[in-house]
Amino acid sequence: MNWLTHFFTSSIGKKIIMSLTGLFLIIFLLVHLIGNLQLLYNDGGKAFNLYAKFMTTNPLIKLSSYLLYAGILLHAIQGMVLWSQNRKAKGRKYEVYNSTTTSFASRHMGWLGVIITAFLILHLVQFWAKMKFGTVDMITIDGMEVKDLYSVVLFTFKNPIYVVVYLISMLVIGNHLNHGFSSTFQSLGLNHKKYTPLIKKIGVAYSFIIPAAYAAIPLIMYFTK
Amino acid sequence: MKLTLKIWRQKNANAQGTFESHQVEADEHMSFLEMLDVLNEDLVSQKKEPVSFEHDCREGICGTCNLVIDGRPHGPNQGTTTCQLHMRHFKNGDTITIEPWRANAFPIIKDLVVDRTAFDRIIQSGGYVAVNTGQAQDGNAIPIEKDQSGEAFDAATCIGCGACVAACPNASAMLFVSAKVSHLDLLPQGKVESAKRVQQMVNQMDAEGFGNCTNTGACEADCPKEIQLTNIARLNRLYTSSMFSTSKKY
Repeated sequence: MNWLTHFFTSSIGKKIIMSLTGLFLIIFLLVHLIGNLQLLYNDGGKAFNLYAKFMTTNPLIKLSSYLLYAGILLHAIQGMVLWSQNRKAKGRKYEVYNSTTTSFASRHMGWLGVIITAFLILHLVQFWAKMKFGTVDMITIDGMEVKDLYSVVLFTFKNPIYVVVYLISMLVIGNHLNHGFSSTFQSLGLNHKKYTPLIKKIGVAYSFIIPAAYAAIPLIMYFTK
Repeated sequence: MKLTLKIWRQKNANAQGTFESHQVEADEHMSFLEMLDVLNEDLVSQKKEPVSFEHDCREGICGTCNLVIDGRPHGPNQGTTTCQLHMRHFKNGDTITIEPWRANAFPIIKDLVVDRTAFDRIIQSGGYVAVNTGQAQDGNAIPIEKDQSGEAFDAATCIGCGACVAACPNASAMLFVSAKVSHLDLLPQGKVESAKRVQQMVNQMDAEGFGNCTNTGACEADCPKEIQLTNIARLNRLYTSSMFSTSKKY
């Protein structure tokens, strides 16, 4: 076997893949959030629609979007491979299981991941697929014809069912991040009493603030727009 | 004190195992293993098959008294082995569930005894340093920095009992392997074979069918010698850097 294949199929190499793709997705969450917070501007969706136009036409964004799809797929597929291998390695479960020593999130990363994947599919169908393949009304902003994605989002978030679905999904993502953030650094071999307590604190804050800010978007749009 | 024990019984590696309930009269000053000795004496006097469990030193250094007690390897106490657990930590009338280590890489031999030779093969693959034969070396010939030797010693306290594998929901052996790799790698004598050691030990660990680490931290929490997760981070570091820096593949 080639040394690189050997490395990436070893138990440590597999962790490194999970951790690097995870770190990439952690950063994506922040970037995606900053862009989408423009939905909350009081300008009838002008800033957001211009941003959506930029995101769908800029070639650099296009390139990084392919990287993102690859990252998500790799993270999800590798996660499922690990999940099945680990279940097989454990074999029979204990009759009495004491769960006090580990966090809820760390024990259920697989299930949390499955829920996130389901949410991602819904999210992509609702907005990404609609923007790319569906029909979205055109609107003229500063003399430029752009797709009115803002109205699509607003229409979606006027439905209380979707608001609840999004809120629950953010709760799940928060949990997934809660374990994932600090776990990323551990997998990369970065664990030292000098900085690990700080990484853990930042991880807890990140896993709370980012999903909460995302959750604010459907909530605010439902109640005030 | 009167106790009800729910114990895993399995005739041999291929037999279908099952839980069996037994009553035992124990004293709070007894160790957990002494309580099991009492049970076995009762069973023998009733002409029944005694419960097989491993034990040797009964002072917390041999790493053989491996039992999962009420869902925790080596029982509810922090930083102790089963033989160091005393019955005063239980109450009269308690029901205690006793199970063997669960991991496919540790097949059950009989009742509560599992085959841990997978660990021996990992050690054989690289958990050693090569030294010249002949006259014994002067112990202080190579100066070692105090903190460094302390850290190496902390890792070296691993007794290879396998509680990390038993506690891990993935049956991963990373804490064991990382402790063994760390304890040698932190010392100058261990540096010589560093890359070879880490690669061969990880190869063997993977070949034995242990699961993958997902950083749950269950191993650290249940390790009777309190080996820390920082060792696993060191293992990740050493393995990754050695894979990218050595021209030879071990």
